[in-house]
Amino acid sequence: MKTPTSSPVAPTHVADIVDDGTAPNPAGAVAASAAFAWRGLLKIRHVPEQLVDATIGPVLLLVSFTYLFGGAIDGSPGAYLQFVLPGVLVMAVLLTTPYAGIALAADRGRGVIDRFRSLPVWTGAPLVGGVAGDAVRSTLAATTVVAVGLVLGFDADGGVAGLLAGVALVVIFAFAVSWILTACALALRSESAVQGTGMTGVFLLVFLSNVFVDPATLPAALETVVGLNPISHLTTAVRGLLSGTSEAGDVVLVLVEAAAITALFAPLTWRGYRAS
Amino acid sequence: MELGDDPAVAREGDLPAIVARGLVKRFDDVVAVDGLDLRVPRGMVYCLLGPNGAGKTTAVRMLATLTAPDAGTVLIEGVDVRDDGARVRRLIGLTGQLASVDDAMSGEENLVLIARLLGLRGDRARQRARRLLAAFELADDAGRLVKTYSGGMRRRLDLAASLVVTPRVLFLDEPTTGLDPVGRLRVWAVVRALTRRGTTVLLTTQQLEEADALAHRIAVLDRGRVVAEGTPAQLKASVGSGAVRVRVADADTRDAAAELLAAATGGEVTLGDDPLALSVRPAGEREAARALAALTDGGVELTEFSIGRPTLDEVFLALTGRDETTAEAVAA
Repeated sequence: MKTPTSSPVAPTHVADIVDDGTAPNPAGAVAASAAFAWRGLLKIRHVPEQLVDATIGPVLLLVSFTYLFGGAIDGSPGAYLQFVLPGVLVMAVLLTTPYAGIALAADRGRGVIDRFRSLPVWTGAPLVGGVAGDAVRSTLAATTVVAVGLVLGFDADGGVAGLLAGVALVVIFAFAVSWILTACALALRSESAVQGTGMTGVFLLVFLSNVFVDPATLPAALETVVGLNPISHLTTAVRGLLSGTSEAGDVVLVLVEAAAITALFAPLTWRGYRAS
Repeated sequence: MELGDDPAVAREGDLPAIVARGLVKRFDDVVAVDGLDLRVPRGMVYCLLGPNGAGKTTAVRMLATLTAPDAGTVLIEGVDVRDDGARVRRLIGLTGQLASVDDAMSGEENLVLIARLLGLRGDRARQRARRLLAAFELADDAGRLVKTYSGGMRRRLDLAASLVVTPRVLFLDEPTTGLDPVGRLRVWAVVRALTRRGTTVLLTTQQLEEADALAHRIAVLDRGRVVAEGTPAQLKASVGSGAVRVRVADADTRDAAAELLAAATGGEVTLGDDPLALSVRPAGEREAARALAALTDGGVELTEFSIGRPTLDEVFLALTGRDETTAEAVAA
C-alpha cells in the first residue's frame, strides 16, 4: 500500500474501503421503504421531543379539554369526555402528520435527496417510508389518547372492535394528510415553513370542525363550513365507531376523502421530488 | 503520473467507463451545459476542471442520472442513462458538493441505512458500516449525531457513504472544497486506492493543483463546453510555464537583466513598481529554465529568482481568452 511517505495522513486501509466483492442485489421497493421508515423512527430516539409530541401532548389536550371546558360546555367533565374524546383523538393524530414533510424539507436542503436518488432503489421509497414512519407515530398518539380516555372513564360502547376501527380510520386519514405536507415541503423549501404551515393548517381545520363543539350551536354560515370540513366527517365517523352507533356511510365518506387526498397529493409530492 | 505506469488503466479498445455525447442542459435562459463531449476510459481518475458556473455540477448530475439532459446521450459502462437509469445507479457512487448526510442520525446509522438500501441485511450492514467508519477514522464518533461533526468529518462520512458498495464509477463533485490540507490528502489517498482496485473516478475541481496531483486526464470546462482536454502535462505545456520573477541586487542592472531575460525566454518582460523587480512569461518550461543561466552568465547579481506554477487563471486565460489554436492543439 503506497501513500506518499511525507504526507501526514494515516495509511488508508484499502481493504476496508473497498467491499468484499459480494455485493447483494439492492433492496426491493418494500424493503427500501421499510429502511426509510426505520430512519424516520430513529429520529424519535434522537429527538425524544417527538415522542412527547405524540404522547404527552395528546394527554394534556384530553385532560385539559375534559376538565377545563367539560363543565361549561356539557354540564360535566364526564359528559364532555364522551363527546370530545374522539375529537381529541383526531386532533392528536393530525398533529403528528407533518414529520415526513419536515424531514423531506430538511433532506432537500442538505442534498440528502441527491444521495438517495443516486442509489439503485425505488425512487418513491424515501417518500413512502417517511410517511409510513408518520403512521407509526400516529398509531402511538392514537393509542395514548384512547388509553388515557378509558382511564378517565370514557364509555367505549363500540367495544374493542369499535376502538380498533376508530384508531385505524384516524391513522388512515392521517396517512393521507401526510402527503399534503410532503407536497408542501417540496414547494416551501424550508423545515420551519413546513412546520408552521402544517401546525396552522391542522389547528385551523380542527377548530372549524365538530371536534370540540356541536355544530348545531354555531351561526348558520359557520355551520355550513364545519359541515363541509373533512375533519368533521372523520370525527363523526370515529364517534360512531367508538360509541357503537357507527353508520357505514360516514366511514365510507372518510375513506373516499382519504383516498382522494392521497390520489391528489402523493403524485404532487412525487413530481416535486423528481424535479428537485 | 503517466498513463502507462498504471496497470489499472484500461488499454485502448476497452469499453469506456463514461461516454457523453453532445450533452445540453438549459435552466430557463441559462445554458449550463452546452454540447459536452467526454470519453473516460476505465480505471482512470478524470478531472473536470473549471471555475464556478462552468457547468461542472450540472454535468455530473446528468452523468449520475439526477438531472435529465435536454439533449445528448450518456453511457455509463455502456449502459444508456436514459434507457436504464436503475441499472446505471447500480454501477455508480456520488458524493455531491453538499455533504449529503443526515444530520439527525449518527454516523453509523447513516451508513447502515445506505447498506440496508443496497441490500446488506442485519449484521452485514452494521459490519460494513463499522469497517468504513474505521477506515475513515470515524470509529470513535460512530454513535454521535452527524450535526455534532466537523466539516471534515462530514465530508469523510459522505465519501464513505458512496463506498458502502464499491462503485464501478465514482463521481466526486468538488470533494475537497473546504477541507484543510490534511483532509485533502486523505481524499486523494482514497481516490488513488479506489482506482488501484479498478474504480473509475470522475471528479470536479477548481484547483489546477488538485487536477495535477490526481488526474490521468483533465477536461477544462468553460461555459458548459470542454475547451481543452489532455493529460496534466499536455495541459500545462499548452499554457507554458508560470511567470519567472526576478529581483536584482542593484537597480542599475535591471535594464540589462530585462534584455537578457527577453532574449533567453522569448517572452515579454514586465518591470515592476519595485525598482529591483522584473518578471517575464516564458514561452515554456525549457525557456524558463534558461533564464537563470542567462542572467548569471550575463553577470547580473540576483537576490531572488522564482518560477511560478501556471495558475488556473493563467490556464483559463490561455485556453479561453483568445487562442483557439492552443485549445485545439491540446485536444488533438
